[in-house]
Amino acid sequence: MALRTLINRKTLTTTVPLGFRGLQTFSLPDLPYDYGALEPAISGEIMQLHHQKHHQAYITNYNKALEQLDAATTKGDASTVVKLQSAIKFNGGGHVNHSIFWNNLAPVHEGGGEPPKGSLGWSIDNSFGSLEALIQKMTTEGAALQGSGWVWLALDKEFKRLVVETTANQASCVLLFLQDPLVTKGPSLVPLLGIDVWEHAYYLQYKNVRPDYLKNIWKVINWKYASEVFEKENP
Amino acid sequence: MQPGGGDMPTLGLLQQIEKDFGSYTNFKEKFIEAVLTSFGSGWVWLVLKREKKCLAIVKTTNAVNPLIWNDIVRNFSPIISLDLWEHAYYLDHKNDRGAYVKTFMDHLVSWDAATARIARAQAFVNLGEPKIPVA
Repeated sequence: MALRTLINRKTLTTTVPLGFRGLQTFSLPDLPYDYGALEPAISGEIMQLHHQKHHQAYITNYNKALEQLDAATTKGDASTVVKLQSAIKFNGGGHVNHSIFWNNLAPVHEGGGEPPKGSLGWSIDNSFGSLEALIQKMTTEGAALQGSGWVWLALDKEFKRLVVETTANQASCVLLFLQDPLVTKGPSLVPLLGIDVWEHAYYLQYKNVRPDYLKNIWKVINWKYASEVFEKENP
Repeated sequence: MQPGGGDMPTLGLLQQIEKDFGSYTNFKEKFIEAVLTSFGSGWVWLVLKREKKCLAIVKTTNAVNPLIWNDIVRNFSPIISLDLWEHAYYLDHKNDRGAYVKTFMDHLVSWDAATARIARAQAFVNLGEPKIPVA
């Protein structure tokens, strides 16, 4: 019983004035499709909440943390600077991850679900055997992840190979220790495809059955975007 | 939790809360603050610190229960707990964790269960001053 809120593309960019000394603040990026465009794989209700509430909250709190960091840095308040790091990693990571995620998805009529061609397709076959094997691996690891987190397909620039990684909470795959944005797993990791396995990403529609969510999300994965990112790093 | 829960603790538990937090209101505020500053999946607990003989609020991640720590520094008996995994509140409150904790504090928390737990914990911890008879 999902509320099918088929709202037209919402422009939600809030114009935020730049702070003094040019402090860059962030605003919610538009989705490249309508909230209901990914149904039935992901409901419009989830897309709207996920975008307007969750992603927006990460951005709001990230901006707040950055302002506090700016003030503390100016004052030379080292302990506050250090204390703010976890809020920055969590909220900044949340913003980075979700911005990638919206691009990782596309409506079926815009190519969602179409297998990757070109160099990414070839590289996937090389690294994992086949696209099906990669999908199976990511689905399994995403389902097995304990608590909140993400499952990633990333390009390891240093070793020139594709890897599947998971991160907890809002870690990104680029930093070196086991947490948060993929950036946190290794500085040479470039995220190509991330799947949000926080409960808010699927609970209203799939309840506790995370494997069903993971099975269905492949129907709306935007391999074109992943290929573009891959080709840019791998000319 | 219990149906018709909420309200306030009474008797010894209330006294202990007032001793360790100043007032019930202050405890409630601190508990809500802990909930709102928790990241990701986890729990918020009111525990009795056995060594220090006082109540405290702690946060844990995923499925960690303060009982497992059981070392010299962290020797805790859980008194109440609140599940902060999204599955615990999402269908009722969506992303609004603040509304969820408010509902919990006002209508659900079972102070009866909490009182029973602190009574049991007093088998391990002497919370009062010993009454030594004067000869």
